[in-house]
Amino acid sequence: MSEGVRRRGRIGYLLLLPAAAWLLLFFVVPFYSLVATSLFDPSGSDFRGYEMDYAFGNYADVVRDYAGPFGRSLLYGALATLFCLVLGYVLAYAIAFKSGRWKNLLLVLVIAPFFTSFLVRTLSWKLILADDGVVVNTLQALQVLGDDGRLLATPVAVVAGLTYNFLPFMVLPLYASLDKIDHRLIEASGDLYANPFVGFFKVTWPLSLPGVVSGTLLTFIPAVGDYINAQFLGSTNERVIGNVIQSQFTDANNYPVASALSVLLMVLILAMVLVYVRRAGTEELL
Amino acid sequence: MSQLAEDAQSEPASAAPASDPTYDGLRLHQLTKSFGGGFTAVDALDLDVPRGSFFALLGPSGCGKTTTLRMVAGLETPTSGSITLSGQDITFAKPYRRPVNTVFQSYALFPHLDIYENVAFGLRRRRAKEVKAKVEAMLDLVELTSQARKKPAQLSGGQQQRVALARALINEPEVLLLDEPLGALDLKLRRAMQIEIKRIQTEVQQTFIHVTHDQEEAMTMADTVAVMNAGVIEQMGAPAELYENPRSTFVANFLGQSNLISGTVASRSADVTTVDMHGIQVSVPAGRSHVDGDRGWVGIRPEKVLIGEEGAELDAPGNTIPGGVISDVSFVGVSTQYLVRMPWGQELQVFSQNTGRTRMFRTGERVELSWRPEYAFLLDQAQDATAGAQRDAQ
Repeated sequence: MSEGVRRRGRIGYLLLLPAAAWLLLFFVVPFYSLVATSLFDPSGSDFRGYEMDYAFGNYADVVRDYAGPFGRSLLYGALATLFCLVLGYVLAYAIAFKSGRWKNLLLVLVIAPFFTSFLVRTLSWKLILADDGVVVNTLQALQVLGDDGRLLATPVAVVAGLTYNFLPFMVLPLYASLDKIDHRLIEASGDLYANPFVGFFKVTWPLSLPGVVSGTLLTFIPAVGDYINAQFLGSTNERVIGNVIQSQFTDANNYPVASALSVLLMVLILAMVLVYVRRAGTEELL
Repeated sequence: MSQLAEDAQSEPASAAPASDPTYDGLRLHQLTKSFGGGFTAVDALDLDVPRGSFFALLGPSGCGKTTTLRMVAGLETPTSGSITLSGQDITFAKPYRRPVNTVFQSYALFPHLDIYENVAFGLRRRRAKEVKAKVEAMLDLVELTSQARKKPAQLSGGQQQRVALARALINEPEVLLLDEPLGALDLKLRRAMQIEIKRIQTEVQQTFIHVTHDQEEAMTMADTVAVMNAGVIEQMGAPAELYENPRSTFVANFLGQSNLISGTVASRSADVTTVDMHGIQVSVPAGRSHVDGDRGWVGIRPEKVLIGEEGAELDAPGNTIPGGVISDVSFVGVSTQYLVRMPWGQELQVFSQNTGRTRMFRTGERVELSWRPEYAFLLDQAQDATAGAQRDAQ
């Protein structure tokens, strides 16, 4: 028997091997290189080459120089996540409980945007929110926006774009969670004197928390790192950390600073996710 | 309770005027539920459930008993008719506004709450006082005090069942509805829970309405049983009375087993109806004769039939039925169950208690049958003789 167990163990490792090798090659090695680069002497350049001198000062520098974009990334990401949660919850709830035979069609519609490119979708938002576009004109006519008010190149546009782009990542886990809820539990809450409103907060909402947690993570993490929305829908005033990293890598060729920014962003998100998951107390639910 | 049973027997359909503020029980009047596609689950049901009774709604699956229960709970809206509780019309009241609680078939315990919070749920919604003391007393009643901080998933089926019961009972509802509450338990546990629920009902003295398809369960637990079939109540009464004096072939077959033998009414007197049964005259008490025409089914329970050797004088001369041949014998320990082929070709079931006073018969032996006339009943031959028969019984 122990022979069989050992063999099964060996087969397990064999099955792990391709993915492990892939990750080693394309994640661990680049990650190591990224961390190492973040500690290079910042005075180096492509032309003269870089030296490793454990320049932890790079981190202090990027925190000092780029606190603004960092803050904006987190703020825009958080706002987009919040809007996604509100919009997505209502939608997922409707699909799970009220859609009847339209359920599958609605789910397909939620996923449908994935059939076109992220970039194209964001660019088309640029048209939608353009200064002489329908949305701006309507809002101006309704006096919501001033006569020279605009949406494009404002934080509103960036957050709207992020919300739009990441909504499916919120809706799908929420739907999966809500759809699993036994309808009889909701009946039971009604039977036990909970009106529909109280029943929602005492039964439906807590049971959908796993979906809320995974949905917010799937939205927040990519939304914080995203720079496409800020680039196309924002102005230089809406520069997020992704824009800075991109320009430091590709335009300024300042690899140590770009790497330090990347590592810092990663650590920041990881820490926030850990705190969040711990606070939500849903490790067992995840 | 016997009062009620008699009422039901004499005039089943006129029991309930639409609303009577003096009636303190639960009254269903002409209650009807139709679903799309023309299917009527509950058809003009009239039913009175007296306060404090343990009432069983018994019937095969699809007979409308669960739909009836859900209408009382407010989980289903009646198509027509009314539901009044203690004189108050609750036909269209929201479920969270009626003093009615349900023990669901699936238990429907809240998986994210522990046992204590599950039981406290109804009290907290109504902002009741002394939640802690009440919950503790209730957990004590169902013997789950030590499990209070566990989640439902950590409990066994029987324990979950008791939580479901406690969670409903703690609200002291005017009517407690039990929807096949023991269906998911194994036989042994089910027996134990039947006694347990009966004990609790005796203790709390609240009205319990128990929906089940298990006739034995209904008879052991309830003090009044209503047999339901195809959306209507077939017969209602105390368990023993239903069993001893069924008024339809459905009840005769659904509650236990019955031999139904075709016969023609020969004569009627004030207290006895005499029936010609394949050339043999048998008598049936008038109160047990439910036939207006002249053709009927003579019914007799298998355990009421006496079996003896050919020529044995089982009873007074002329009151025995000769010519039977044993066609099957099964020994079940406390009794032996025979199938006896009668001269007219029908096979009758006979259960013979193994008292040791009579010997066991073998297949092919010739026997005589007899029964005391007061145990026989007479049913309308327009009814299907196999209605309500359980598949495993026939």
